[in-house]
Amino acid sequence: MNHPTSTLRFADILRVGSSGPRARKSRTALSALGVSIGIAALVGVLGLSESSKSDLLDELSLLGTNLLTVEAGQGIGGGDGALPESAAASIQRIPTVEQTSQVIPVDATVRRSEFVDEGITGGLTVVGTDGDLVDTLNGSVAVGVDLDEYASSPYPVAVVGSVAAERLGITDLDQPTHVQIGDDQVQVVGMLDEFTLAADLDRSVMIGIDAAVAAYDAEATPSTVYVRVEEGRVDATRDLIAGTADPENPEEVNVSRPSDVLSAQAAAESSFTSLFLGLGAVALLVGGVGIANVMIIAVIERRGEIGLRRALGATQAHVRRQFLTESVLLGILGGGAGVVIGILVTYAYAATQGWRVVIPWIGPAGGFASAIVIGAVAGLYPAMRAAQLSPVEALRS
Amino acid sequence: MSALTQAARTETTPPHSVRAALHMRNVVKEFPGSPPVRALDDVSVRIDHGELVAVVGPSGSGKSTMLNVMGTLDRPTSGIVEIDGVDTASLPDKHIAGIRARKIGFVFQQFFLLDGMSTVDNVTNGLLYQGVPPAERHDRAIEALKTVGLGHRLNHRPNKLSGGERQRVAVARALVHRPAFVLADEPTGNLDSKSSAAVMDLIRELNDLGTTIVVITHDNAIAEALPRRVAVLDGRILDDSGRPS
Repeated sequence: MNHPTSTLRFADILRVGSSGPRARKSRTALSALGVSIGIAALVGVLGLSESSKSDLLDELSLLGTNLLTVEAGQGIGGGDGALPESAAASIQRIPTVEQTSQVIPVDATVRRSEFVDEGITGGLTVVGTDGDLVDTLNGSVAVGVDLDEYASSPYPVAVVGSVAAERLGITDLDQPTHVQIGDDQVQVVGMLDEFTLAADLDRSVMIGIDAAVAAYDAEATPSTVYVRVEEGRVDATRDLIAGTADPENPEEVNVSRPSDVLSAQAAAESSFTSLFLGLGAVALLVGGVGIANVMIIAVIERRGEIGLRRALGATQAHVRRQFLTESVLLGILGGGAGVVIGILVTYAYAATQGWRVVIPWIGPAGGFASAIVIGAVAGLYPAMRAAQLSPVEALRS
Repeated sequence: MSALTQAARTETTPPHSVRAALHMRNVVKEFPGSPPVRALDDVSVRIDHGELVAVVGPSGSGKSTMLNVMGTLDRPTSGIVEIDGVDTASLPDKHIAGIRARKIGFVFQQFFLLDGMSTVDNVTNGLLYQGVPPAERHDRAIEALKTVGLGHRLNHRPNKLSGGERQRVAVARALVHRPAFVLADEPTGNLDSKSSAAVMDLIRELNDLGTTIVVITHDNAIAEALPRRVAVLDGRILDDSGRPS
């Protein structure tokens, strides 16, 4: 064709499309805000849930998922809630079992001193354990030493769980510290850190099994046996344990996996994540409607400019592209700001929780892409209206 | 384009001197209604390169419709509108827009300057839809602003300029792409008498430099001061003083 054509260079489409947002900065910021809130919510929710989940999973892998707890269940004939005395030793003979540790109940109360009434137990219990307990549970000693250091001592000594220490008012062991267990004063030689996989031990004061039997007439029948199993053989071993622990009444033995609780917690957080993602998507949608609204107003307000551009030689397509570019730019601005805000929020909150920050790439990438799509969709109708405006009508304003 | 059609076109397109800047033949423009409103009734007018013409008439005379049809902003119901030798009747929107981009410059009563950009950027808009590269647009815009006497106002925002200055910016924008003719619609309508006189002086100066200009006005005084007057009433040409010899 030899006829003159109207041409708008690609760089000029961007220049023209950004002229509106640049000329009205506060309106641009406000109209992009809705989308940025939505994107920030999506990125933040994904980042926080992944970070907290990774924190749980880190903890899990540190503690191991190969710990089983064997407890005496309620017997059919009203069983006494204890496993046979030989349970731990029998379980230890299963080839895939790495380590066992048992806890026996002691019928005595623990108090700070003899002057405290015996009825005030503070919810604390006394148990007898072997020296491997902390090891089996991947626990650690906060202050002092573990029970096994005193295995050969003729005197009973105690180690206190983290909550028990707090309730008994023990903060350090710089001075020799004693607690009243039953009628005896017993020296505290260690304070333990929190057991994530056996929270009830945090509220216990532990003494050696021999001492428990000798001094408090405790039965040597364990209430709980903790079993550390070879990694990868947990399920197979689990099936064997009940019968091994109590061959006569295997149905009275409960075998559980404490790490399942943490896994369930992680799964539960995932379902919350879906809820918040849904809310973020709603915010994003509202933001998109906001952009569409602002664009429709812009088209009405700028009829004169549209008419002028048509008079200067813009085709309908040029006008359409201009307004579409403008609305996509709003989406990009909102999306970009939202991604940055979402990441900052994730870092800030993770820092307060001491979590390792994990931001799944789908958050920022998907969020940004959807912001662009939303900008384009929101601008489609206003851009068509702008393009369809006849130049004569547009210039009449 | 093949050499054959090139040759054919060269044959049918009259040379520049013969070719009119604007040639309307038997143009009718009707607006729908019952009965339809005939805003232009068999209008024929030929404006040659280098002319300075006033289209004058009271409001409702059809001069606005004439401006729209002359400027290809609106299509006639029937008749022929030739811009610089090109018949626009059969052209699609894209090429009509191309004709506006290259052949016609507009000056409006309301200026239509974009306040968000500087004076020089407003003038570069006159070259935007021809695909001229930014650096060249900028240079030519500065040149055009110097031509209208605003070389010292390049980076001002339009809303910081006086009315007369704004209209001169609009004039610069209308001639920056060296169109076949400039259509000025009531160019002094929003100006005080002093600025009006200055803008009309500028229009005469530009015409002396060779720019073809059509001024649409309701003001007889303005029309009287121009070399050729086309008087319009009720959609018809009442009187055409013709090209002065």
